[in-house]
Amino acid sequence: MVYQSFLIKYAEIGTKGKNRYLFEDALIKQMKNALKKVEGRFTASKEAGRIYLQAESEYDYDEVIDALKRVFGIAWICPMLQIEEKDFENLKKVVVDYIGEVYPDKHFTFKVDSRRADKNYPVHSEDMNRQLGEVILDAYPETSVDVHNPDVLLKVEVRKVVNIYSQMIPGPGGMPVGTNGKAMLLLSGGIDSPVAGYMIAKRGVKIDAVYFHAPPYTSDRAKQKVIDLAKLVARYSGPIPLHIVNFTDIQLYIYDQCPHEELTIIMRRYMMKIAEEISKKTGCLALITGESIGQVASQTVQSLAATNEVCTMPVFRPLIGFDKQEIVDISEKIGTFETSIQPYEDCCTIFVAKHPVIKPNLNMIRRSEMNLAEKIDEMVQTAIETAEVVWCD
Amino acid sequence: MEAYFDNSASTRVLDGVRDIVVKTMTEDYGNAAAKHRKGVEAERYIREARAVIADTLKVQEKEILFTSGGSESNNMALIGTALANPRLGKHIISTAIEHPSVYNPLAYLESLGYEITFLQVDENGHIRLEELQAAIRPDTVLVSVMYVNNEIGAVEPIEEISRIVREANPKTIFHVDAIQAYGKFRIRPKKQGIDLLSVSGHKIHAPKGVGFLYIRDGVKVKPLFYGGGQQDGMRSGTENVPGTAGLGVAAREMYEHFDEHVRRITELKDYMTDRLGELTDVKINSKKGAESAPQIVSVSFGGVRSEVLLHALEDKGIYVSSGSACSSHHPGVSGSLKGIGLPPKYLDGTIRISFGVFNTKEEVDYCIDTLKELLPVLRRYKRG
Repeated sequence: MVYQSFLIKYAEIGTKGKNRYLFEDALIKQMKNALKKVEGRFTASKEAGRIYLQAESEYDYDEVIDALKRVFGIAWICPMLQIEEKDFENLKKVVVDYIGEVYPDKHFTFKVDSRRADKNYPVHSEDMNRQLGEVILDAYPETSVDVHNPDVLLKVEVRKVVNIYSQMIPGPGGMPVGTNGKAMLLLSGGIDSPVAGYMIAKRGVKIDAVYFHAPPYTSDRAKQKVIDLAKLVARYSGPIPLHIVNFTDIQLYIYDQCPHEELTIIMRRYMMKIAEEISKKTGCLALITGESIGQVASQTVQSLAATNEVCTMPVFRPLIGFDKQEIVDISEKIGTFETSIQPYEDCCTIFVAKHPVIKPNLNMIRRSEMNLAEKIDEMVQTAIETAEVVWCD
Repeated sequence: MEAYFDNSASTRVLDGVRDIVVKTMTEDYGNAAAKHRKGVEAERYIREARAVIADTLKVQEKEILFTSGGSESNNMALIGTALANPRLGKHIISTAIEHPSVYNPLAYLESLGYEITFLQVDENGHIRLEELQAAIRPDTVLVSVMYVNNEIGAVEPIEEISRIVREANPKTIFHVDAIQAYGKFRIRPKKQGIDLLSVSGHKIHAPKGVGFLYIRDGVKVKPLFYGGGQQDGMRSGTENVPGTAGLGVAAREMYEHFDEHVRRITELKDYMTDRLGELTDVKINSKKGAESAPQIVSVSFGGVRSEVLLHALEDKGIYVSSGSACSSHHPGVSGSLKGIGLPPKYLDGTIRISFGVFNTKEEVDYCIDTLKELLPVLRRYKRG
């Protein structure tokens, strides 16, 4: 069966009252964006509280389904047979052929669920159900009817045209990207941060990202890896501008001026500060990190409190209560795991102390940071001004 | 200034090589097996390259088999030979410091039931001949030893190895991985008793994706690829005319001006070695002069991680490798450096500097000046 039409069902958008059109428009925009990289021409349209996708040329079915499965806001994708000829006798034939082609093995139970939006249609929906059920039973005697718990629920909708569908492919759920503002993801190259970005994008948030590069301690391959990860997240979130900040000088300055055990915490405080400054310039309203309580020394509750303290924006930590394995599972599902585990060092570990503080005392941290007073503001400014932006799409 | 010191990983092609590659891609681009004039023209390049290469080794033309490079040559020499000679036995001897393109085919053969003995090396990276002698058995089908070690430049005593193998078991086939040696040594397979010899093009200023395997007439080797029967059925697949022609030009250049080339890179190596001595806490793992390969300097720095040093040098336009480029993608420490008993404090801080025909003395000076500038800074900041 070659489908020319798809019915796109959405979940939460339906509850958005008068703003609903904004969400529908955003969903259509994201669908178009996702299909840009797919072979073929498509049009998407809103009609009476529904979204339809029409193929205007030849296309690859699996490629299209794959792309749609990455568009947040889609609850179900229903490949659909659409016919303009509404004559009921013809419809019977079409339904029999449809079942014949879509279900090679006829040992299943079914129910016909007809709707008549076009009230002028001569056959009432109850009659349609019964008569269409009969022709299917006649054509395929192995099938049987089960109105309570059918294997196949065949929908027949008579509108301006007739829609016939029975397959529902689950979409990713969530909300269309662009309907909930923009946030800045701190992307490290590990397993967690891409997953965190994915989860926030799923709630309709557009993503910018920032990566802290520390040459010569981290390599160009580590940087390439982060660009690759941003591109993988962008398959879901749409294009991500990745801000690459050269962090080496700041890191060495902290190394020189502060106790070595506090290096990681102080470093992370400056990363948050820089991320927040860039956010203000680019219109991001929150930060996103992949932190999870207790995963490493810098993610104990005390450490999280210490890094959080420098931020005035909300910090979203969608993985905060997740176990490592749960994060790995999502990262495998969304396809970032393989890239995340490439063995290139990131800037968080290059100077890590043997015994970093795990319960940092804020007063002590602040006192240590006073040693940075002379140059740090200027260095932070330079880091922000010299950041390179890579468009990841 | 830019200084490319990673010629043992790959090289810039010679201008003459580039010209013939372009010509065979844009003018004489026929399939060497085609019956028409374009095919004959293309085939002529391959004949020419074969003749040139055979002459550099003083072997017969039919004993040269073109391949896609060093890895394929090594795979064919090991797997192809083992499978073609089941009656000679299922025991193979090699060394602990081989390249992965030898080590991994051997691991594959091990999975097929072959037994592999790996010989350890002494502090100079040389195998111990008495160990070799003791390891050879009546069922030893192959002995495979690299001519020049790619990480430290150690040169194995090929002639003595071959003599010992011959005396202990005349049926045993002797393979030499000469990927870092061809172009730097006068290799005479007949005189040195080598049955199989692997060579790669891009280590001698020819393009990547081409190399050859010398197979002594009479040695049985099974092909790895089957298809249209090119190269007498030994390696099916349309012949790589541009690559092969380029390899021929590079081989001719290397051996026509052999003494001059070798003298130049040996001088560079010795000059670099001397000047590295000006730095503090360094250990040179390669030997000077003719005692090791003329193109390789292996040097360890205390208190610096090679990976960081490599990137710091890269930032100044200087390109080196940490350990061997082929194994440095993988975490863990080089087999050769461990093999020669390098103290642990140096294992993590070793780089390889390797020379080619384009390098100059000024580049060496620039490299030393840069190291003098970088090392104190890099040593100040560390983890732990």
